[in-house]
Amino acid sequence: MTETSLYILQQLINGLTIGSTYALIAIGYTMVYGIIGMINFAHGEVYMIGTYTAFITIVGLLTMGVGSLPIILLLALITAIIISSTYGYAIERVAYRPLRGGPRLIPLITAIGMSIFLQNYIRLAQGSRDLAMPALISGGIEFGDPAVFEVSISWMQLIIWGITLISMTSLAMFISRSRLGRACRACAQDRGMTNLLGIDTNRIIALTFVIGAALAAVAGVLLGLYYGIINPYIGFMAGLKAFTAAVLGGIGSIPGAMLGGLILGVTEALTAAFFPSEYKDVVAFSLLVLILLFRPTGLLGKPEVEKV
Amino acid sequence: MLRLDNVSTFYGKIQALHNVSLEVNQGEILTLIGANGAGKTTLMMTICGDPRAQSGHIEFDGQPIQQMNTSDIMRMGMAVVPEGRRIFSGMTVEENLFMGSFFRSKDEAEEQLEHVLELFPRLKERYSQRGGTMSGGEQQMLAIGRALMSKPRLLLLDEPSLGLAPIIIQQIFEIIEKLREEGVTIFLVEQNAHQALKIADRGYVLENGHIVMSGTGNALLNDDSVRKAYLGG
Repeated sequence: MTETSLYILQQLINGLTIGSTYALIAIGYTMVYGIIGMINFAHGEVYMIGTYTAFITIVGLLTMGVGSLPIILLLALITAIIISSTYGYAIERVAYRPLRGGPRLIPLITAIGMSIFLQNYIRLAQGSRDLAMPALISGGIEFGDPAVFEVSISWMQLIIWGITLISMTSLAMFISRSRLGRACRACAQDRGMTNLLGIDTNRIIALTFVIGAALAAVAGVLLGLYYGIINPYIGFMAGLKAFTAAVLGGIGSIPGAMLGGLILGVTEALTAAFFPSEYKDVVAFSLLVLILLFRPTGLLGKPEVEKV
Repeated sequence: MLRLDNVSTFYGKIQALHNVSLEVNQGEILTLIGANGAGKTTLMMTICGDPRAQSGHIEFDGQPIQQMNTSDIMRMGMAVVPEGRRIFSGMTVEENLFMGSFFRSKDEAEEQLEHVLELFPRLKERYSQRGGTMSGGEQQMLAIGRALMSKPRLLLLDEPSLGLAPIIIQQIFEIIEKLREEGVTIFLVEQNAHQALKIADRGYVLENGHIVMSGTGNALLNDDSVRKAYLGG
Protein backbone atom coordinates (compact mmCIF):
# COMPACT_ATOMS: atom_id res chain seq x y z
CA MET A 1 0.00 0.00 0.00
CA THR A 2 1.11 3.53 -0.66
CA GLU A 3 1.98 5.98 2.03
CA THR A 4 -1.17 8.01 1.47
CA SER A 5 -3.54 5.08 1.78
CA LEU A 6 -1.82 3.87 4.95
CA TYR A 7 -2.04 7.38 6.32
CA ILE A 8 -5.74 7.51 5.53
CA LEU A 9 -6.19 4.13 7.20
CA GLN A 10 -4.51 5.49 10.31
CA GLN A 11 -6.82 8.49 10.33
CA LEU A 12 -9.83 6.24 9.91
CA ILE A 13 -8.74 4.28 12.97
CA ASN A 14 -8.33 7.49 14.96
CA GLY A 15 -11.61 8.85 13.64
CA LEU A 16 -13.56 5.75 14.58
CA THR A 17 -12.13 5.98 18.08
CA ILE A 18 -13.23 9.55 18.65
CA GLY A 19 -16.44 8.87 16.76
CA SER A 20 -17.36 6.02 19.13
CA THR A 21 -17.15 8.35 22.09
CA TYR A 22 -19.19 11.04 20.28
CA ALA A 23 -21.78 8.36 19.64
CA LEU A 24 -21.89 7.41 23.33
CA ILE A 25 -22.50 11.01 24.35
CA ALA A 26 -24.93 11.63 21.48
CA ILE A 27 -27.25 8.88 22.76
CA GLY A 28 -28.06 11.06 25.76
CA TYR A 29 -29.08 14.01 23.57
CA THR A 30 -31.13 11.91 21.23
CA MET A 31 -33.00 9.87 23.87
CA VAL A 32 -33.97 12.91 25.88
CA TYR A 33 -35.03 14.75 22.74
CA GLY A 34 -36.99 11.71 21.58
CA ILE A 35 -39.03 11.65 24.76
CA ILE A 36 -39.54 15.24 25.84
CA GLY A 37 -38.43 17.19 22.78
CA MET A 38 -35.80 19.24 24.56
CA ILE A 39 -32.07 19.57 24.05
CA ASN A 40 -30.30 18.94 27.32
CA PHE A 41 -27.39 21.30 26.92
CA ALA A 42 -26.05 20.33 30.34
CA HIS A 43 -25.31 16.86 28.98
CA GLY A 44 -21.71 17.73 28.05
CA GLU A 45 -21.14 18.69 31.69
CA VAL A 46 -22.40 15.29 32.82
CA TYR A 47 -19.75 13.77 30.58
CA MET A 48 -17.11 16.08 32.11
CA ILE A 49 -18.18 15.08 35.61
CA GLY A 50 -17.75 11.45 34.57
CA THR A 51 -14.19 12.21 33.51
CA TYR A 52 -13.41 13.92 36.81
CA THR A 53 -14.91 11.05 38.79
CA ALA A 54 -12.75 8.62 36.85
CA PHE A 55 -9.70 10.79 37.47
CA ILE A 56 -10.32 10.87 41.22
CA THR A 57 -10.99 7.14 41.36
CA ILE A 58 -7.91 6.25 39.35
CA VAL A 59 -5.59 8.51 41.31
CA GLY A 60 -7.13 7.24 44.55
CA LEU A 61 -6.68 3.61 43.63
CA LEU A 62 -3.11 4.17 42.47
CA THR A 63 -2.27 5.93 45.75
CA MET A 64 -3.75 3.02 47.66
CA GLY A 65 -1.43 0.76 45.72
CA VAL A 66 -3.97 -0.99 43.55
CA GLY A 67 -2.03 -1.98 40.47
CA SER A 68 -4.32 -4.25 38.52
CA LEU A 69 -5.39 -2.48 35.33
CA PRO A 70 -8.72 -4.29 34.82
CA ILE A 71 -9.77 -3.52 38.40
CA ILE A 72 -8.83 0.14 38.09
CA LEU A 73 -10.63 0.48 34.78
CA LEU A 74 -13.72 -1.31 36.04
CA LEU A 75 -13.93 0.71 39.25
CA ALA A 76 -13.36 3.95 37.33
CA LEU A 77 -16.21 3.05 35.00
CA ILE A 78 -18.53 2.06 37.84
CA THR A 79 -17.94 5.15 39.97
CA ALA A 80 -18.17 7.45 36.94
CA ILE A 81 -21.45 5.85 35.89
CA ILE A 82 -22.92 6.12 39.38
CA ILE A 83 -21.89 9.74 39.93
CA SER A 84 -22.85 10.94 36.44
CA SER A 85 -26.19 9.13 36.55
CA THR A 86 -26.94 10.77 39.86
CA TYR A 87 -26.21 14.13 38.31
CA GLY A 88 -28.29 13.28 35.25
CA TYR A 89 -31.21 12.31 37.47
CA ALA A 90 -30.83 15.33 39.72
CA ILE A 91 -30.61 17.77 36.81
CA GLU A 92 -33.86 16.48 35.39
CA ARG A 93 -35.58 16.50 38.76
CA VAL A 94 -34.44 19.95 39.82
CA ALA A 95 -34.13 21.91 36.59
CA TYR A 96 -36.45 20.38 34.00
CA ARG A 97 -39.35 18.55 35.62
CA PRO A 98 -40.80 21.62 37.34
CA LEU A 99 -40.88 23.38 33.95
CA ARG A 100 -42.51 20.59 32.02
CA GLY A 101 -45.55 21.66 30.09
CA GLY A 102 -44.28 25.19 29.61
CA PRO A 103 -43.05 26.70 26.34
CA ARG A 104 -40.14 24.86 24.73
CA LEU A 105 -37.74 27.76 25.04
CA ILE A 106 -37.76 27.73 28.84
CA PRO A 107 -36.14 24.35 29.52
CA LEU A 108 -33.60 25.19 26.83
CA ILE A 109 -32.53 28.29 28.70
CA THR A 110 -32.50 26.39 31.98
CA ALA A 111 -30.31 23.74 30.36
CA ILE A 112 -27.76 26.34 29.33
CA GLY A 113 -27.87 27.79 32.84
CA MET A 114 -27.36 24.33 34.31
CA SER A 115 -24.40 23.80 32.01
CA ILE A 116 -22.73 27.03 33.12
CA PHE A 117 -23.47 26.22 36.76
CA LEU A 118 -21.95 22.74 36.61
CA GLN A 119 -18.89 23.91 34.71
CA ASN A 120 -18.16 26.56 37.30
CA TYR A 121 -18.98 24.29 40.18
CA ILE A 122 -16.35 21.79 39.02
CA ARG A 123 -13.95 24.66 38.32
CA LEU A 124 -14.31 25.85 41.90
CA ALA A 125 -14.16 22.37 43.38
CA GLN A 126 -11.34 20.96 41.29
CA GLY A 127 -9.50 23.99 39.97
CA SER A 128 -9.48 25.25 36.43
CA ARG A 129 -6.04 24.08 35.41
CA ASP A 130 -5.40 21.03 33.27
CA LEU A 131 -5.01 17.78 35.16
CA ALA A 132 -2.97 14.91 33.77
CA MET A 133 -4.81 11.63 33.79
CA PRO A 134 -2.38 8.87 34.82
CA ALA A 135 -1.29 6.96 31.72
CA LEU A 136 -2.61 3.52 32.49
CA ILE A 137 -2.56 1.93 29.12
CA SER A 138 0.22 2.29 26.62
CA GLY A 139 1.46 0.40 23.64
CA GLY A 140 -0.47 -1.24 20.88
CA ILE A 141 -0.03 -3.07 17.67
CA GLU A 142 1.66 -1.76 14.58
CA PHE A 143 1.58 -2.93 11.03
CA GLY A 144 2.51 -1.72 7.58
CA ASP A 145 5.94 -1.21 6.09
CA PRO A 146 8.25 0.62 8.52
CA ALA A 147 10.02 2.11 5.51
CA VAL A 148 6.81 3.66 4.14
CA PHE A 149 4.31 4.26 6.93
CA GLU A 150 3.51 2.35 10.08
CA VAL A 151 -0.13 2.15 11.07
CA SER A 152 -0.67 1.79 14.77
CA ILE A 153 -3.67 0.78 16.78
CA SER A 154 -3.15 1.44 20.46
CA TRP A 155 -4.55 -0.83 23.16
CA MET A 156 -6.48 2.17 24.38
CA GLN A 157 -8.20 2.46 21.02
CA LEU A 158 -9.10 -1.21 21.08
CA ILE A 159 -10.51 -0.80 24.59
CA ILE A 160 -12.57 2.18 23.45
CA TRP A 161 -14.01 0.20 20.54
CA GLY A 162 -14.71 -2.79 22.75
CA ILE A 163 -16.42 -0.90 25.54
CA THR A 164 -18.40 1.23 23.10
CA LEU A 165 -19.56 -1.89 21.30
CA ILE A 166 -20.62 -3.53 24.57
CA SER A 167 -22.45 -0.39 25.74
CA MET A 168 -24.27 0.10 22.43
CA THR A 169 -25.28 -3.54 22.20
CA SER A 170 -26.61 -3.54 25.75
CA LEU A 171 -28.53 -0.36 25.07
CA ALA A 172 -30.02 -1.73 21.86
CA MET A 173 -31.07 -4.93 23.64
CA PHE A 174 -32.53 -2.96 26.51
CA ILE A 175 -34.56 -0.70 24.25
CA SER A 176 -35.84 -3.42 21.95
CA ARG A 177 -36.39 -6.31 24.34
CA SER A 178 -36.97 -5.18 27.89
CA ARG A 179 -40.22 -4.09 29.46
CA LEU A 180 -38.81 -0.70 30.46
CA GLY A 181 -37.23 -0.25 27.04
CA ARG A 182 -40.63 -0.79 25.50
CA ALA A 183 -42.05 1.84 27.83
CA CYS A 184 -39.32 4.25 26.68
CA ARG A 185 -40.32 3.73 23.08
CA ALA A 186 -43.99 4.10 23.90
CA CYS A 187 -43.24 7.29 25.78
CA ALA A 188 -41.28 8.67 22.84
CA GLN A 189 -44.20 8.07 20.54
CA ASP A 190 -47.10 9.19 22.72
CA ARG A 191 -46.36 10.26 26.27
CA GLY A 192 -49.99 11.03 27.09
CA MET A 193 -51.16 7.61 26.00
CA THR A 194 -48.38 5.91 27.94
CA ASN A 195 -49.60 7.79 30.99
CA LEU A 196 -53.15 6.61 30.27
CA LEU A 197 -51.91 3.02 30.47
CA GLY A 198 -51.04 3.52 34.12
CA ILE A 199 -47.35 4.11 33.53
CA ASP A 200 -45.71 6.93 35.46
CA THR A 201 -44.04 8.69 32.55
CA ASN A 202 -42.04 10.94 34.86
CA ARG A 203 -40.10 7.88 35.91
CA ILE A 204 -39.54 6.83 32.31
CA ILE A 205 -38.23 10.31 31.53
CA ALA A 206 -35.92 10.16 34.55
CA LEU A 207 -34.72 6.78 33.32
CA THR A 208 -33.71 8.19 29.94
CA PHE A 209 -31.71 10.91 31.68
CA VAL A 210 -29.98 8.27 33.78
CA ILE A 211 -29.19 6.06 30.79
CA GLY A 212 -27.88 9.01 28.79
CA ALA A 213 -25.73 10.14 31.71
CA ALA A 214 -24.35 6.64 32.24
CA LEU A 215 -23.26 6.39 28.60
CA ALA A 216 -21.74 9.87 28.76
CA ALA A 217 -19.81 8.75 31.85
CA VAL A 218 -18.43 5.77 29.94
CA ALA A 219 -17.33 8.16 27.20
CA GLY A 220 -15.82 10.41 29.87
CA VAL A 221 -13.66 7.64 31.32
CA LEU A 222 -12.53 6.48 27.89
CA LEU A 223 -11.78 9.91 26.43
CA GLY A 224 -10.09 11.05 29.63
CA LEU A 225 -7.69 8.16 29.41
CA TYR A 226 -7.27 8.56 25.67
CA TYR A 227 -6.42 12.27 25.68
CA GLY A 228 -4.71 12.18 29.08
CA ILE A 229 -5.62 15.76 29.92
CA ILE A 230 -8.79 16.98 31.55
CA ASN A 231 -10.17 20.36 32.62
CA PRO A 232 -13.62 21.68 33.55
CA TYR A 233 -14.24 22.96 30.02
CA ILE A 234 -13.96 19.70 28.10
CA GLY A 235 -17.69 19.11 28.42
CA PHE A 236 -18.58 22.11 26.30
CA MET A 237 -16.85 21.05 23.10
CA ALA A 238 -17.58 17.35 23.58
CA GLY A 239 -21.22 18.22 24.15
CA LEU A 240 -21.40 20.35 21.02
CA LYS A 241 -19.77 17.63 18.95
CA ALA A 242 -22.06 14.95 20.29
CA PHE A 243 -25.05 17.20 19.69
CA THR A 244 -23.87 17.65 16.10
CA ALA A 245 -23.57 13.87 15.82
CA ALA A 246 -27.10 13.43 17.12
CA VAL A 247 -28.51 15.95 14.64
CA LEU A 248 -26.46 14.44 11.84
CA GLY A 249 -27.88 11.00 12.48
CA GLY A 250 -31.38 12.32 13.08
CA ILE A 251 -32.24 13.62 16.51
CA GLY A 252 -34.54 11.24 18.36
CA SER A 253 -33.11 8.19 16.61
CA ILE A 254 -30.75 5.98 18.61
CA PRO A 255 -29.17 4.21 15.61
CA GLY A 256 -28.89 7.70 14.11
CA ALA A 257 -26.83 8.91 17.07
CA MET A 258 -24.51 5.92 16.71
CA LEU A 259 -24.05 6.47 12.99
CA GLY A 260 -23.78 10.25 13.34
CA GLY A 261 -21.03 9.91 15.95
CA LEU A 262 -18.94 7.62 13.78
CA ILE A 263 -19.39 9.76 10.66
CA LEU A 264 -18.47 12.92 12.54
CA GLY A 265 -15.38 11.33 14.10
CA VAL A 266 -14.13 10.02 10.78
CA THR A 267 -14.86 13.31 9.01
CA GLU A 268 -12.86 15.19 11.60
CA ALA A 269 -9.92 12.80 11.43
CA LEU A 270 -9.80 12.94 7.65
CA THR A 271 -9.97 16.73 7.72
CA ALA A 272 -7.09 16.81 10.16
CA ALA A 273 -5.18 14.51 7.82
CA PHE A 274 -5.10 16.95 4.93
CA PHE A 275 -5.61 20.37 6.46
CA PRO A 276 -4.27 22.07 9.54
CA SER A 277 -5.99 20.28 12.41
CA GLU A 278 -7.69 23.48 13.63
CA TYR A 279 -9.99 23.11 10.64
CA LYS A 280 -11.58 19.98 11.97
CA ASP A 281 -14.03 21.91 14.14
CA VAL A 282 -14.87 24.16 11.21
CA VAL A 283 -15.67 21.13 9.09
CA ALA A 284 -17.64 19.44 11.88
CA PHE A 285 -19.90 22.42 12.43
CA SER A 286 -20.20 23.15 8.71
CA LEU A 287 -21.54 19.63 8.48
CA LEU A 288 -24.11 20.56 11.11
CA VAL A 289 -25.17 23.62 9.14
CA LEU A 290 -25.41 21.65 5.90
CA ILE A 291 -27.48 18.92 7.49
CA LEU A 292 -29.83 21.46 9.02
CA LEU A 293 -30.20 23.18 5.65
CA PHE A 294 -30.68 20.18 3.41
CA ARG A 295 -31.85 17.34 5.60
CA PRO A 296 -33.09 18.70 8.91
CA THR A 297 -34.38 15.29 9.96
CA GLY A 298 -30.86 13.87 9.77
CA LEU A 299 -29.70 10.68 8.11
CA LEU A 300 -31.97 8.25 9.94
CA GLY A 301 -34.52 10.58 11.48
CA LYS A 302 -38.16 10.59 10.55
CA PRO A 303 -39.95 13.83 9.78
CA GLU A 304 -41.92 14.99 12.76
CA VAL A 305 -45.57 14.27 12.19
CA GLU A 306 -47.98 16.82 13.53
CA LYS A 307 -50.12 15.06 16.07
CA VAL A 308 -53.83 15.54 15.65
CA MET B 1 -68.83 2.60 40.66
CA LEU B 2 -67.87 5.93 39.11
CA ARG B 3 -69.49 9.17 40.21
CA LEU B 4 -69.03 12.69 38.93
CA ASP B 5 -70.46 15.43 41.07
CA ASN B 6 -70.66 18.99 39.71
CA VAL B 7 -67.49 18.65 37.69
CA SER B 8 -66.22 21.64 35.73
CA THR B 9 -63.21 21.56 33.44
CA PHE B 10 -61.42 24.42 31.72
CA TYR B 11 -58.98 24.67 28.85
CA GLY B 12 -57.21 27.85 29.81
CA LYS B 13 -60.05 30.32 30.18
CA ILE B 14 -62.54 28.36 28.14
CA GLN B 15 -64.90 26.28 30.19
CA ALA B 16 -65.48 22.92 28.51
CA LEU B 17 -67.62 21.23 31.17
CA HIS B 18 -70.25 22.94 33.30
CA ASN B 19 -71.17 21.25 36.59
CA VAL B 20 -71.47 17.81 35.11
CA SER B 21 -72.88 15.11 37.37
CA LEU B 22 -73.26 11.53 36.30
CA GLU B 23 -72.98 8.04 37.64
CA VAL B 24 -71.80 4.77 36.16
CA ASN B 25 -73.17 1.70 37.92
CA GLN B 26 -71.45 -1.62 38.26
CA GLY B 27 -72.10 -3.94 35.33
CA GLU B 28 -73.95 -1.57 33.02
CA ILE B 29 -73.28 -0.04 29.66
CA LEU B 30 -73.59 3.68 30.04
CA THR B 31 -73.43 5.89 27.02
CA LEU B 32 -72.76 9.57 26.62
CA ILE B 33 -73.97 11.06 23.38
CA GLY B 34 -73.61 14.54 22.00
CA ALA B 35 -72.56 16.52 18.98
CA ASN B 36 -69.02 17.28 17.93
CA GLY B 37 -67.44 19.67 20.39
CA ALA B 38 -70.03 19.10 23.12
CA GLY B 39 -67.28 18.08 25.54
CA LYS B 40 -67.62 14.30 25.42
CA THR B 41 -63.91 13.63 25.07
CA THR B 42 -63.12 16.29 27.67
CA LEU B 43 -65.45 14.54 30.08
CA MET B 44 -63.79 11.21 29.49
CA MET B 45 -60.30 12.63 29.84
CA THR B 46 -61.27 14.55 32.97
CA ILE B 47 -62.16 11.21 34.56
CA CYS B 48 -58.62 10.08 33.68
CA GLY B 49 -57.18 13.19 35.30
CA ASP B 50 -55.90 14.89 32.15
CA PRO B 51 -57.04 17.69 32.18
CA ARG B 52 -57.83 17.89 35.86
CA ALA B 53 -61.28 18.92 36.97
CA GLN B 54 -61.17 22.48 38.23
CA SER B 55 -64.05 21.95 40.63
CA GLY B 56 -66.37 19.18 41.71
CA HIS B 57 -65.78 15.63 42.84
CA ILE B 58 -64.95 12.44 40.99
CA GLU B 59 -65.18 9.17 42.87
CA PHE B 60 -64.16 5.73 41.74
CA ASP B 61 -65.18 2.87 44.02
CA GLY B 62 -65.96 5.45 46.66
CA GLN B 63 -62.49 6.96 46.55
CA PRO B 64 -61.96 10.57 45.43
CA ILE B 65 -59.71 10.62 42.37
CA GLN B 66 -59.93 14.17 41.06
CA GLN B 67 -56.60 15.13 42.62
CA MET B 68 -54.74 11.98 41.63
CA ASN B 69 -52.16 11.54 38.86
CA THR B 70 -53.35 10.01 35.63
CA SER B 71 -51.13 6.98 35.98
CA ASP B 72 -52.35 6.29 39.51
CA ILE B 73 -55.99 6.63 38.47
CA MET B 74 -55.47 4.21 35.61
CA ARG B 75 -54.04 1.64 37.98
CA MET B 76 -57.20 1.53 40.06
CA GLY B 77 -59.05 -0.70 37.65
CA MET B 78 -60.11 1.44 34.75
CA ALA B 79 -58.74 1.52 31.24
CA VAL B 80 -59.37 3.84 28.34
CA VAL B 81 -59.63 3.48 24.59
CA PRO B 82 -59.04 7.11 23.65
CA GLU B 83 -60.25 9.11 20.73
CA GLY B 84 -58.20 8.37 17.65
CA ARG B 85 -57.08 5.02 19.13
CA ARG B 86 -53.53 6.19 19.82
CA ILE B 87 -51.91 2.82 19.34
CA PHE B 88 -48.11 2.74 19.22
CA SER B 89 -47.71 2.54 15.47
CA GLY B 90 -44.01 1.67 15.49
CA MET B 91 -44.54 -1.26 17.83
CA THR B 92 -45.83 -4.70 17.05
CA VAL B 93 -49.27 -5.90 18.10
CA GLU B 94 -47.61 -7.98 20.81
CA GLU B 95 -45.67 -5.00 22.18
CA ASN B 96 -48.76 -2.79 22.08
CA LEU B 97 -50.75 -5.35 24.04
CA PHE B 98 -48.09 -5.78 26.68
CA MET B 99 -47.92 -2.01 27.14
CA GLY B 100 -51.52 -2.33 28.35
CA SER B 101 -50.53 -4.77 31.08
CA PHE B 102 -47.39 -2.92 32.09
CA PHE B 103 -48.21 -2.78 35.79
CA ARG B 104 -49.63 -6.28 35.96
CA SER B 105 -47.53 -9.33 36.80
CA LYS B 106 -46.24 -11.51 34.01
CA ASP B 107 -48.64 -14.33 34.81
CA GLU B 108 -51.66 -12.07 34.92
CA ALA B 109 -50.59 -10.54 31.61
CA GLU B 110 -50.15 -13.91 29.89
CA GLU B 111 -53.53 -15.04 31.14
CA GLN B 112 -55.25 -11.88 29.98
CA LEU B 113 -53.43 -12.05 26.64
CA GLU B 114 -55.03 -15.39 25.91
CA HIS B 115 -58.42 -13.93 26.64
CA VAL B 116 -57.85 -10.85 24.48
CA LEU B 117 -56.65 -12.92 21.53
CA GLU B 118 -59.74 -15.07 21.92
CA LEU B 119 -61.94 -11.97 21.70
CA PHE B 120 -59.98 -10.63 18.74
CA PRO B 121 -58.69 -13.53 16.64
CA ARG B 122 -57.56 -10.95 14.08
CA LEU B 123 -54.93 -9.70 16.50
CA LYS B 124 -53.54 -13.19 16.75
CA GLU B 125 -53.08 -13.27 12.97
CA ARG B 126 -51.34 -9.91 13.09
CA TYR B 127 -49.39 -10.64 16.24
CA SER B 128 -45.88 -9.66 15.05
CA GLN B 129 -47.02 -6.94 12.69
CA ARG B 130 -46.45 -3.27 13.41
CA GLY B 131 -49.56 -1.54 14.66
CA GLY B 132 -49.27 1.29 12.15
CA THR B 133 -49.49 -1.07 9.17
CA MET B 134 -52.93 -2.37 10.09
CA SER B 135 -56.36 -1.22 8.91
CA GLY B 136 -58.44 1.17 10.97
CA GLY B 137 -60.70 -1.58 12.25
CA GLU B 138 -57.75 -3.73 13.29
CA GLN B 139 -56.19 -0.74 15.03
CA GLN B 140 -59.40 -0.15 16.93
CA MET B 141 -59.40 -3.79 18.00
CA LEU B 142 -55.81 -3.39 19.10
CA ALA B 143 -56.69 -0.27 21.10
CA ILE B 144 -59.52 -2.12 22.85
CA GLY B 145 -57.34 -5.20 23.34
CA ARG B 146 -54.57 -3.08 24.83
CA ALA B 147 -57.01 -1.50 27.28
CA LEU B 148 -58.34 -4.93 28.27
CA MET B 149 -54.83 -6.20 29.00
CA SER B 150 -54.88 -4.46 32.37
CA LYS B 151 -58.02 -6.44 33.27
CA PRO B 152 -60.09 -3.33 33.95
CA ARG B 153 -63.39 -3.36 35.81
CA LEU B 154 -64.41 -0.15 34.06
CA LEU B 155 -63.69 0.39 30.39
CA LEU B 156 -63.90 3.90 28.95
CA LEU B 157 -64.45 3.92 25.19
CA ASP B 158 -64.20 7.16 23.22
CA GLU B 159 -65.87 6.93 19.81
CA PRO B 160 -64.84 3.37 18.99
CA SER B 161 -66.89 3.43 15.79
CA LEU B 162 -65.34 6.57 14.32
CA GLY B 163 -64.24 6.16 10.72
CA LEU B 164 -64.93 2.45 10.53
CA ALA B 165 -66.91 0.40 8.00
CA PRO B 166 -70.42 -0.58 9.14
CA ILE B 167 -69.55 -4.25 9.36
CA ILE B 168 -66.58 -3.52 11.62
CA ILE B 169 -68.72 -1.20 13.75
CA GLN B 170 -71.15 -4.08 14.17
CA GLN B 171 -68.32 -6.34 15.36
CA ILE B 172 -67.03 -3.73 17.79
CA PHE B 173 -70.47 -3.27 19.32
CA GLU B 174 -70.86 -7.03 19.64
CA ILE B 175 -67.58 -7.17 21.52
CA ILE B 176 -68.75 -4.38 23.83
CA GLU B 177 -71.88 -6.35 24.72
CA LYS B 178 -69.81 -9.47 25.25
CA LEU B 179 -67.54 -7.60 27.64
CA ARG B 180 -70.52 -6.47 29.66
CA GLU B 181 -71.65 -10.07 29.94
CA GLU B 182 -68.22 -10.85 31.36
CA GLY B 183 -68.81 -8.26 34.05
CA VAL B 184 -66.85 -5.32 32.67
CA THR B 185 -68.64 -2.02 33.22
CA ILE B 186 -68.65 0.10 30.06
CA PHE B 187 -68.70 3.85 29.66
CA LEU B 188 -69.22 4.51 25.99
CA VAL B 189 -68.87 7.92 24.39
CA GLU B 190 -70.40 7.98 20.93
CA GLN B 191 -71.48 10.21 18.10
CA ASN B 192 -73.13 7.18 16.58
CA ALA B 193 -76.07 7.72 18.93
CA HIS B 194 -78.39 5.14 17.42
CA GLN B 195 -75.97 2.22 17.82
CA ALA B 196 -74.88 3.36 21.23
CA LEU B 197 -78.36 3.82 22.69
CA LYS B 198 -79.44 0.45 21.33
CA ILE B 199 -76.95 -1.44 23.46
CA ALA B 200 -76.83 0.95 26.42
CA ASP B 201 -78.67 0.44 29.68
CA ARG B 202 -78.67 4.14 30.34
CA GLY B 203 -77.53 7.25 28.57
CA TYR B 204 -76.74 10.91 29.06
CA VAL B 205 -76.90 13.68 26.50
CA LEU B 206 -74.19 16.32 26.59
CA GLU B 207 -74.66 19.72 24.96
CA ASN B 208 -72.10 22.53 25.14
CA GLY B 209 -70.61 21.09 28.29
CA HIS B 210 -73.93 20.63 30.07
CA ILE B 211 -75.77 17.38 30.72
CA VAL B 212 -79.18 18.16 29.27
CA MET B 213 -80.92 14.82 29.52
CA SER B 214 -80.56 11.33 30.90
CA GLY B 215 -82.58 8.16 30.88
CA THR B 216 -82.59 4.52 29.86
CA GLY B 217 -81.21 3.71 26.44
CA ASN B 218 -84.70 2.94 25.16
CA ALA B 219 -86.27 6.07 26.54
CA LEU B 220 -83.64 8.26 24.91
CA LEU B 221 -83.93 6.33 21.67
CA ASN B 222 -87.63 7.13 21.57
CA ASP B 223 -87.38 10.69 22.83
CA ASP B 224 -88.45 13.24 20.25
CA SER B 225 -85.80 15.85 20.90
CA VAL B 226 -83.05 13.22 20.92
CA ARG B 227 -84.39 11.77 17.68
CA LYS B 228 -84.38 15.20 16.10
CA ALA B 229 -80.94 16.22 17.24
CA TYR B 230 -78.96 12.99 17.08
CA LEU B 231 -80.84 10.32 15.19
CA GLY B 232 -81.77 12.20 12.07
CA GLY B 233 -85.47 12.82 12.87
